[in-house]
Amino acid sequence: MQTSTKNIFMLAITACLVFLPAWAAAQDEPPAPGRAMARQAGVLSGDWTTADHSEMEALKKTFESGQQITETCLSCHSLADDQLFHTIHWKWLSPYEDGDLVGKAGYSINNFCISTNKMNDKKCSSCHIGWNGKEDGINCLVCHGEKDMDWKAQFKDYQFFKEMGEAELVTEIQNDISAAVTQIIRPDRQNCGSCHFNGGGGEAVKHGDLDASLINPRRTLDVHMGIDGENFSCTRCHTTSQHQVAGRVYSTPAVSERKSLVEDDLAPKISCESCHTASPHKEGKLNDHTDMVACQSCHIPEFARAHATEMTWDWSKAGKLKDGKPYIEKGKFGRPVYKSIKGEFGWEKNVAPQYFWYNGSVAALTAKDVIDPSGVVRVSHPVGERGEGQSRIFPFKVHWAMQPYDKVHNTLITPLLSEENNGYWKTFDWQDANTRGMALMDLPYSGEMGFVETTYVFPTTHMVAPKENTLSCRACHRPENGRLSNLAGFYMPGRDHFALMDLAAWILAIGALAAVGLHAIGRIVANGSRKENR
Amino acid sequence: MTGQPKRIYLYSRYERFWHWLQMALIAVLLATGLEVHGMFVLSGFQDAVNIHNFTGLAWLIAFFFFTFWMFTTGEWKQYIPTTRKMLTVIRYYSYGIFRGETHPVPKSKKAKHNPLQRLTYLSLAAVMLPIQMISGFLYWSYNSWAAWGLDFLTLSQVAFVHTAMAYAILVFIIIHVYMTTTGATVFAHLKAMITGWEDLEEPEAVEDWEKAGS
Repeated sequence: MQTSTKNIFMLAITACLVFLPAWAAAQDEPPAPGRAMARQAGVLSGDWTTADHSEMEALKKTFESGQQITETCLSCHSLADDQLFHTIHWKWLSPYEDGDLVGKAGYSINNFCISTNKMNDKKCSSCHIGWNGKEDGINCLVCHGEKDMDWKAQFKDYQFFKEMGEAELVTEIQNDISAAVTQIIRPDRQNCGSCHFNGGGGEAVKHGDLDASLINPRRTLDVHMGIDGENFSCTRCHTTSQHQVAGRVYSTPAVSERKSLVEDDLAPKISCESCHTASPHKEGKLNDHTDMVACQSCHIPEFARAHATEMTWDWSKAGKLKDGKPYIEKGKFGRPVYKSIKGEFGWEKNVAPQYFWYNGSVAALTAKDVIDPSGVVRVSHPVGERGEGQSRIFPFKVHWAMQPYDKVHNTLITPLLSEENNGYWKTFDWQDANTRGMALMDLPYSGEMGFVETTYVFPTTHMVAPKENTLSCRACHRPENGRLSNLAGFYMPGRDHFALMDLAAWILAIGALAAVGLHAIGRIVANGSRKENR
Repeated sequence: MTGQPKRIYLYSRYERFWHWLQMALIAVLLATGLEVHGMFVLSGFQDAVNIHNFTGLAWLIAFFFFTFWMFTTGEWKQYIPTTRKMLTVIRYYSYGIFRGETHPVPKSKKAKHNPLQRLTYLSLAAVMLPIQMISGFLYWSYNSWAAWGLDFLTLSQVAFVHTAMAYAILVFIIIHVYMTTTGATVFAHLKAMITGWEDLEEPEAVEDWEKAGS
């Protein structure tokens, strides 16, 4: 009796020793190190301006053209134009490649509106930061104006009413201009968004993780930008030095080194790790992932969570007319599924990204590259492989398209599109659009056009979800239909198994059960017959 | 049954404690391990991984104490393998047991294990479990391999060994649990492992070669 009491006591003590640490750990909840670090890094925010432009004497005058505004800005900010002329925002050419090969103003192509025809397509220039392409100087107010303004229309009206002698209207327009010129801010979401939320010719067309829903997002959509969360503006992460905005992805990575501010407090605060460090989780096993899996892979479970984004574009269907006129057909998201001028579109909401090894570089074709039209042509694709340098698993939006190519030269065609240029959108004449479009690029066109399947990728990095909405382990660690089922060459617990061994083991286990079962039956039967015989 | 049943004290307190602790640890490890392997969903992947890692490390530490006990008490001699009477024991389990014969190698304090048990438990305690613990520890420390100079390993190899051994242990458990029912009564062995006292069948002299420390 005494022994068994002692035994129970010993067992109780053991149980306590085993489970007490776990229980204690669950009791007090310090924040994850990554949150604590980020809070510290983000503590200084707010408006730092020391100038009120409405008090500036230089701005108290009549402006009759955009160039006059810019001249006035430069009368104080005398280095700004030279700084700007060196940026990708002005040049539309990659600063990392020689010549004019890579960039919107060069030979780069995508599978949306394909090309700017070296900035000759006037419609494309509506997103350039100049008053008129690269011709009439910089429009500072695209990025620094608080007021959204159609400047072209404004100056046109001004001239018109001035010539008509409508003094009252002239004063009204000039007051509007004056107000816009004096409300100067650091670039805010609507400034960046005026172009970047509308890439590809419309809102949410290009990027699945960058659209107008980010102007006033909830924190559930973007934990950093959420107006009920951290309320970051774009420039909180896209740090800027001499008008060079950090964070673009071309052939070179946006971030070449994974560094936290703890290691280098002057590093551009652009990557997640800058603030959150490389071991941001409370739980060790999660931190063990950060060398192979980018933060975005788990923390952006889906993109296009507020607005649907365009996933497919079929140029080969373009040109159908109703009663001789172009038309538009809208689909379930209220977005066009058919446009005579552009073809057929597919839109999707809450899209699970595709995952690839990615070292931060995206390789892209130019209009000069020869393609193999027998398969799907990758107009752009992520670069990287497992075990290579900085490569990690990263989420992407993959945009599919059917787009025109030259059947003789095996190159992608850059048709001239805009109505302003009498392009395809006005003439519906592929031959003419292709011939003139390729001529503007100084590239040959054989006259024989076909359509080829292409893909184009966007790294998904915005719309980071709150931690309670991140992907669960099982999203990837599952035997079938996991998010990473396409990535081969490594063993992943829960996803991979040795089929033959599993089969053999279960045969063995069931065999053992059957054997002991038979043995037991044998004993029972033998025992029974012995008793009877006795 | 002939002769008077005799009770002997077979398993010390620590031995019993260790047996049941190890049973609990292995049960938890098997369940969570198979869940991580994708066999079924019980506690969810993340909890399964955490419980598995915690339990595995606890087992590893406890196993050091067990090894210490084995050598300080000289109990390791109970596990020295032998072929003597091996065939007799095999014959008993496959034939004699059905005829109501008595066990050819009865238990005693100095010889707890028959030759078949010696071989099984030795390979379990000295080979299978250590392999399982080492491969599990390597699995757990995957991220440190490069720093430890172990990057010639692949996770696939380690996972293969760890999974194979887990299945082997599962098969052992099935047979082991059944074998506990083959004592003097169905629950005699089980009772012995709980109270320490085993009811024996007709007593028989222990042969000298079987005695520990002789």
